[in-house]
Amino acid sequence: MKYYLLIPLLPLLAFIINILLGKEVLRDKAHWPSVLAVVGSWLVTMSILPDIIAGKVINEDLYSWIVSGTFNASVGFLIDPLTAVMLVVVTTCASLIHIYAVGYMHGDDGYYRFFAYLSLFTFCMLMLIMGNNFLQLYFGWEGVGLCSYFLIGYYFNKKSAADAGKKAFIVNRFGDFGFGIGVFMIFLTFGTLHYAPVFANAAGIAGKTVNFLGWNVDLPTLIALLLFCGAVGKSAQLPLHVWLPDAMEGPTPVSALIHAATMVTAGVFLVARCNPIFNLSEFAMSTVAIVGATTSLFAATIAITQNDIKRIIAYSTCSHLGLMFLACGVGAYAAGIFHLYTHAFFKALLFLAAGSVIHAVHTNDIQEMGGLKKYLPITYAVFVIAALSAGGVPGFSGFFSKDEIIWSAYASHSPVGKLVWAMGTAVAFFTPLYTFRLIFLTFHGTFRGGHHGEAHGHDSHHGEHHIHESPKVMTIPLMLLAVGAVAAGWVGIPPILGGGAHFAEFLKPVVGHPEFHGTHAEEWSVMALSTTIALCGIGLAAFLYLRKTDLPEKIAKTFSGIYTILYNKYYIDELYNYTIVKPTLWIANKVVLAITDTKIIEGVVNGVPGSIGWFSEKLRKVQTGLAQHYGIFMAAGAVFIVALVLLLR
Amino acid sequence: MVPLHWYMVLSMVVFAIGVFGFLARKNIIIMFMSIELMLNAVNINLISLSHYIQDLRGQILAFFVIAVAAAEAAIGLAIVIALFRNKATAHVDEIKEMQG
Repeated sequence: MKYYLLIPLLPLLAFIINILLGKEVLRDKAHWPSVLAVVGSWLVTMSILPDIIAGKVINEDLYSWIVSGTFNASVGFLIDPLTAVMLVVVTTCASLIHIYAVGYMHGDDGYYRFFAYLSLFTFCMLMLIMGNNFLQLYFGWEGVGLCSYFLIGYYFNKKSAADAGKKAFIVNRFGDFGFGIGVFMIFLTFGTLHYAPVFANAAGIAGKTVNFLGWNVDLPTLIALLLFCGAVGKSAQLPLHVWLPDAMEGPTPVSALIHAATMVTAGVFLVARCNPIFNLSEFAMSTVAIVGATTSLFAATIAITQNDIKRIIAYSTCSHLGLMFLACGVGAYAAGIFHLYTHAFFKALLFLAAGSVIHAVHTNDIQEMGGLKKYLPITYAVFVIAALSAGGVPGFSGFFSKDEIIWSAYASHSPVGKLVWAMGTAVAFFTPLYTFRLIFLTFHGTFRGGHHGEAHGHDSHHGEHHIHESPKVMTIPLMLLAVGAVAAGWVGIPPILGGGAHFAEFLKPVVGHPEFHGTHAEEWSVMALSTTIALCGIGLAAFLYLRKTDLPEKIAKTFSGIYTILYNKYYIDELYNYTIVKPTLWIANKVVLAITDTKIIEGVVNGVPGSIGWFSEKLRKVQTGLAQHYGIFMAAGAVFIVALVLLLR
Repeated sequence: MVPLHWYMVLSMVVFAIGVFGFLARKNIIIMFMSIELMLNAVNINLISLSHYIQDLRGQILAFFVIAVAAAEAAIGLAIVIALFRNKATAHVDEIKEMQG
């Protein structure tokens, strides 16, 4: 019985149906195949989940894909606890987001295209997490990247959206380049790409070195860092985070599904999946932890100053993904995956709620919102729930996972543990600060938009009295996700709070369990500290944006230097523009175009016919048209040949 | 008995006159006649050598040359007449439509 195959194949089928029939036949019913397929996948996932929880692991090859010498790549599926968690996350979020999109995208020109791509994405994501070898992982990895490109550039008539799609694709090239080499290195080292033999033999390569580009480097460190390179690109970590905020040009359901809940977490999944390799290299682990912690803090500080509702949440995603890497870097893979799991719910909820707001007010700028609480009561309620969960308020699912990460960082043996713990705690302050700033600016106070409404008269969409709550097809998924945002984390309540840490126990066969050193008292104090700090963040946001609403501007003026840097996102985009984009364009224009193309290639291509033309132009003169000239040539030729015959005899 | 080299010298002289006439004279009719001279020089050669080696194949070949020359003269003169009707000249320097 291979009915688990339905999980990826149903969305693929929906994609095929939609791309073939969507435009002409299905039109505004194009959501049916996609929604039914993804809900079907969810049902199948739920039906096999009990088996997996009971300890069953599915790992089988179905089809020999490429056989060449000793190289044997197959299409095979692995469903173990880690995959099961990802399956639950992907199919649950994808189902709810598909349903939400029915309302959000209603009446759009490319309705069928949207659902076709969404189904294709779901298929690729499921192939990514269900593969039992690195090649299939790579297939899914590139597939989701492609769909991400399609969907970011969904409004391709808009230049900024088309550019953002290109940016995401190109930035991911950098990461995937390293990832690809990493996969090659794994094949060179282990002679196979299947997870099971690779991880079983991983311990054998500890301490080996390999000559890489002329340096002797530690083999596990090299492989781990190359794989992490791919993870950095896909999961938008420093220094390749720049594509994620721009990716917000895509429709909001896409942001929720691809750029919050599923695709961007593939990097974390990769690191957790390859934990036997990462565990061999302390340096690689520390790098993962430091990169994660730095990104987390970096993105959180940027988020405070931004004004675009989706970009704030995008930076928040960056920040949370950083926390997940932080956890993986200190060896607490289960905590990282746990945060991935809770984050998927509350972040998808934040995005969808933001989408509901955008749907109502038709702008992304929170400076033009305000006072929306009374118009969008459901959206407001779920937004607050998501924010409480994201902010790590006790009782909500985000709290358990975040606390687990911060405690793991504190208690781990990692040499950078204390450092990343401090950074994680700082993030715990900023996260609720920017999330609640967003809420207070959006839903509280008075409505600041409508400038356009006054200018264009009462029939404009921007007027305050036109704002209304989203339809049920959008609000019901929001409410269901809100349940997830509150309760999803309850499966992983740590023992110290009376829970069973079922989540970590469930994942233990795959990712192991780190050894912590720390007393209960320490655990309590770490938890109390991060919680207090989180509550302080909420308090500060309330004070600044509810009480003293003129204060933020004053602070921004007083510390204008810092504010400007944060507002301009540390000038990373500008830095890349000057160090990478401009030189590349310069080389393209001045060297490749001006010399290689114009001089060399066009020189050859135009030169050959040119010289032939020149030569025949000269040769043409021989044809005088005078019969006697031809006669002379003939006579001379005859004499020449006779002479030749006589002389050479 | 006339020795062979006399015939050969005669043939050479007639051929040389033909070549010179073809290259130096400008009147198409004269050039035509020069071509005939060359052909007949060849014929003299063929027949004398045929006789010398006592082989009739040379004489047969000479008949072929005469037949072809007759046909060539008919077609050539027809072309010359057509040309003269169009250009009203038989001067070869004035006919250079094929100039490259």
